[in-house]
Amino acid sequence: MDQNIPEVIRTVPLQYYIYFATALFAIGVTGVLTRRNAIIIFMCIELMLNAVNILLTAFSAYRSDPNGQIFVFFIMAVAAAEVSVGLGIIVMIYRNFQNTDVNLLNRLKW
Amino acid sequence: MLTALLLFFPLAAALLLHFFKGGTARVVAFGAALLEFVLAVVVAIASKSSSATQFAIDQPWIASSGIRFHIGLDGLSLLLVLLTTFLVPLIMLASFRHEYKNASAFYALILFMQTGLIGVFVSLDAFLFYFFWEVALIPIYFIAGVWGGERRIQVTFKFFLYTIIGSLFMLAAFVYLYFQTGVNGAPRSSDLLAFYNLSLSAAEQSWLFWLIFIAFAVKMPVFPFHTWQPDTYTESPAPATMLLSGIMLKMGIYGTLRWLLPVVPLGVSQWSKPVMVLAVIGIIYGAIIAIRQRDMKRLIAYSSLSHVGLMAAGVFSLTQLGLQGAVIQMLAHGVNAVGMFFVIDCIERRTGTREIADLGGLTRHTPVLSVTFLVMLLSTVALPLTAGFVGEFLLLAGVYEYSAWLGAIAGLTIIFAAVYLLRMFQRVMLGPDTSFTATIRDLTGAELAVLVPLILLVFWIGLFPNTFLHISEPSIIQLLDIVKR
Amino acid sequence: MQETVLPAAGAPNSTLLYILIPLLPFLGFLINGLLNKRLSGTIAGVIGSATVLGSFLISAYLFSTFQYQYTVTLFDWISVGSMQIPFSYQIDQLSLIMLLLVTGVGFLIHVYSIGYMHHDENVGKYFSFLNLFVFSMLVLVLGANFVILFIGWEGVGLCSYLLIGFWNKHENFNNAAKKAFIINRVGDLGFLLGIFLIYLTFNSVQYGEVFQKASLAQFGPYTASICTAITLLLFVGAMGKSAQLPLYTWLPDAMAGPTPVSALIHAATMVTAGIYMVLRSNVLFTLSPTTLEVVGIVGLATAFFAATIGLAQNDIKKVLAYSTVSQLGYMFLALGVMGYTSSMFHVLTHAFFKALMFLGAGSVIHAMSNEQDMRRMGGLRKALPITFITFLIGCLAISGIPPFSGFFSKDEILSHVYEHNKLMWAIGLFTSFLTAFYMFRLLFLTFFGQFRGTEEQKHHLHESPASMTLPLIILAVLAAVGGFMGAPMILGKHYLADYLAPLFTYSQRINPAAFAAEVDHNTELMLIGASVAAGVLGIVLAYVQYVSRGVLPAEDEGQRSAPESLVYHKYYVDELYNALFVRPIMGLSRGLYRFVEQGIIDPIVNGFGRITLGGGQLLRYVQTGTTGMYLILMVVGIVLILALNLFRF
Repeated sequence: MDQNIPEVIRTVPLQYYIYFATALFAIGVTGVLTRRNAIIIFMCIELMLNAVNILLTAFSAYRSDPNGQIFVFFIMAVAAAEVSVGLGIIVMIYRNFQNTDVNLLNRLKW
Repeated sequence: MLTALLLFFPLAAALLLHFFKGGTARVVAFGAALLEFVLAVVVAIASKSSSATQFAIDQPWIASSGIRFHIGLDGLSLLLVLLTTFLVPLIMLASFRHEYKNASAFYALILFMQTGLIGVFVSLDAFLFYFFWEVALIPIYFIAGVWGGERRIQVTFKFFLYTIIGSLFMLAAFVYLYFQTGVNGAPRSSDLLAFYNLSLSAAEQSWLFWLIFIAFAVKMPVFPFHTWQPDTYTESPAPATMLLSGIMLKMGIYGTLRWLLPVVPLGVSQWSKPVMVLAVIGIIYGAIIAIRQRDMKRLIAYSSLSHVGLMAAGVFSLTQLGLQGAVIQMLAHGVNAVGMFFVIDCIERRTGTREIADLGGLTRHTPVLSVTFLVMLLSTVALPLTAGFVGEFLLLAGVYEYSAWLGAIAGLTIIFAAVYLLRMFQRVMLGPDTSFTATIRDLTGAELAVLVPLILLVFWIGLFPNTFLHISEPSIIQLLDIVKR
Repeated sequence: MQETVLPAAGAPNSTLLYILIPLLPFLGFLINGLLNKRLSGTIAGVIGSATVLGSFLISAYLFSTFQYQYTVTLFDWISVGSMQIPFSYQIDQLSLIMLLLVTGVGFLIHVYSIGYMHHDENVGKYFSFLNLFVFSMLVLVLGANFVILFIGWEGVGLCSYLLIGFWNKHENFNNAAKKAFIINRVGDLGFLLGIFLIYLTFNSVQYGEVFQKASLAQFGPYTASICTAITLLLFVGAMGKSAQLPLYTWLPDAMAGPTPVSALIHAATMVTAGIYMVLRSNVLFTLSPTTLEVVGIVGLATAFFAATIGLAQNDIKKVLAYSTVSQLGYMFLALGVMGYTSSMFHVLTHAFFKALMFLGAGSVIHAMSNEQDMRRMGGLRKALPITFITFLIGCLAISGIPPFSGFFSKDEILSHVYEHNKLMWAIGLFTSFLTAFYMFRLLFLTFFGQFRGTEEQKHHLHESPASMTLPLIILAVLAAVGGFMGAPMILGKHYLADYLAPLFTYSQRINPAAFAAEVDHNTELMLIGASVAAGVLGIVLAYVQYVSRGVLPAEDEGQRSAPESLVYHKYYVDELYNALFVRPIMGLSRGLYRFVEQGIIDPIVNGFGRITLGGGQLLRYVQTGTTGMYLILMVVGIVLILALNLFRF
């Protein structure tokens, strides 16, 4: 097990990462579009972010370019911040509506 | 240095004004305005009679883009700076009788506006000019919007939008011209002289003309871009109306003289005929509408439209007579309009109404007021030996030189002005008393202090117009040279 | 007629003297105006009169030392490029005579006013206006270019406005004042355009330069047509100021002012400004026979037309007003046939006898406690003997009875017209007959017969004080003997013609024939006989009608035949103007405001605002507020952008 991480990553062909990330992303999108529970939507967004992360990591390894992995860290940090803000909002919504159904939040108009 | 002092002194005074309150604030403001006038007179005395720019300051402003802080005075700017600095203290004095709440803000805004106005008249860089052009607009928006009449919000909003949209066209034209200066690999510049030296095709000038013209046409205002004016004049508090009609309106004429005629001379020669026709229509249109107005302020607003139409016609006649007439008429109209609105304000303060139908017989109770009213009125109807005559005589002569028929039609203004102003005078000052006018007092000393300088200037311009004509003559001749080359 | 900048030997060198002529009345205006209520009426009157007397004395001095024409420049007034308008005076025969007339008659009327106005509470104001008028009139006649003339021209119009509306409590008086000013402005516009055309043609507005260039015809190929245009425009100005058809309607209304004002402004001086202006520019008029023809016809028509209206008026001042319009018509008739001297002659004699008659009428009105209707008068000759005798002299003068002044001037005019056109002469003669008739109708109705006023008025009847009768007597003397300054050739020397001759040297050079024509003595005697006969016939008819038969004019509501009614209502000209000009403009004002301003332009401007607001109104429906919807749109948007990128590149 003294192989470095990029080599490990490269043991799986690149297409598989792409298929996997695409599937993951599609699941995320479908979830965001179809579910009404704010928390689930939130999780689906995380899914999409992670799909991107996986792709970035894979490409980074295959191209021996560390930039991609730096980006991943960025995304993870931003996502963490986002999650805390987002969850805060969701908690407030729950306190006001006793529910986290996004369709209840239709005041943002006109 | 003097120009910069002239420009920023009111601004500094405005900032300083925040440390004062109420009564003291207005005294300080008045003192500052008076000092500014003295400064302007000093500059006028120190200046030489020539077409060259004097007291110029040329510093980089947005250096990377070639935009410079370039200001200076020539005869034309000097006259308008003098007019501004002369009128502002009087307008302040005129407002002393009103107890405006939050007085320090009120007077600070007037001073702030003065900086904007002077900035417009001394800028020699297109973007600087545009900057001051908009700066001058902001204070008047607040003055009219905060201290105005019932419909002030709606009316000032319309005024603000109208003028700002107009000036956006000008900005677009300036941006285009700015890029044109760099076409041959030269560094880009927005300097006035760089604009003068551009060689643009007739087709370009043709549409540039309209872009720039609309900004000035809205400001003057020229028919049919005038509808903001009667409402704004009527709803604004008296000092704002005086600022608007006395000084701000001249920005449009000045802009035309400095930033339109010499910049796009081919466009001007191409379009001068339709513009002349518009201006002449405005003269007659404003005058006829004024005849039947019920509100005195609104009547003077339409009369102003008519007079400005004549100035515009004089300017676009591109004759020396017309241009010099416009210069003199700018001064005369500034004095007349401020005097007229102040007299109306005096009447309104005493009787509580501006409705012509409610008034009558004032002259028997207020002989001094009626004399001052009559002098302002006669100057407005262009009676010889008053300021109005010199201006209208030269303007009409210029228009007549351009086209005899237009001159004759524009000349109708001297008949119509007599009709609407004498009608107003008769209904308000003469005839039997009404319930509003039975017990009123004559002018006070403070009110006379405003009117006497105005009246003196009316006769000075009327008797010795050469004092002022000589100041602007070299600039006007140079301007005509550029336009006609 | 050479031009010198400074007066030559014999004339005073100091410009102060020239400044003082108009400045003295102006000082009177300032003193009386500023100290208005603090001065007693009499003192105000004395100040007012004294300043005018001062001007008169200076004018008389200049007159006596005068040798030949010169100009005096006070300062540069307006200079723009080639338009140089100095503030300068021209002293020549014409301006000197006008100076003497204005200050002389003006002084008498000022003195008269002291008595006439002493009941009024605003005497100071009255005299300040009157002095301002004299100032403006003096500027008018002194000016050495058309623009200075125009200053005075407008100035007298203003004073006329102020004095007609002097009693400003009455709306009718104010309306009359406004009407006078506005109608005069119509004429002024013509004048102003004329000045512009003069400037563009001759590149100067200075009399000397313009007339010299004009006489040499050095201004391009269209000499005649340009001159016609200039003179027609100038004549429009003269029509307004001198109350000629069709701009005469303000003058009868102007009688609303105090009677001395009517005498000074609306009879003796201001209304003759039009004639002065034509005389001044006689070179231009001589160059344009077309305009001269127009001037003559307008003058004749006005003379005849106003005379017919005068036949049926019952207000003593209205009769005099129409008679003034008619006499002014005579003067223009004389100008039209190039009888320039005779026109000036008639200006002078008319100033004497018409001022006399107005002042006499003022004396009557004063005695009658402000009654002006002749039907309420009668038999006043016993109560007002001096007024009666002086008034009689005035009537004889205007009717052209020798040897009174009007006879000479009118006869001279008619003989010029006779040479020009026999038909015009016949109409002029008939008008002269009408004049005699209505003037004596006035005299008989007022001074003869039984007193028809109230008891109270009868009790109050009195001859006027000396300050009023003295001017009457002086004017009566002038009206009686003034004609001898221009007696016909067969009687002696025509002093006036000799004196004025240098003014017309250019005109004479241009059209020698018109000046050379001389009627032979037989014809002249025939013409004199005809005009005297016309006058006598008019007087006799008036006597038969109003004294022998004692006919009184019908009351206002009385029955009248159709032509009588037409004349009585002044041919409905005022009504016609109302319908043609006043109401359409008023309607237009309302219409433009309501329909164009508030109906078209403002809605278009506001329309832009509405479009913006409406656009927002529509677009807001896109904001459903449903989060799911937003998400779908977002995803669709992203997919679309990706797709576009894919397929484009």
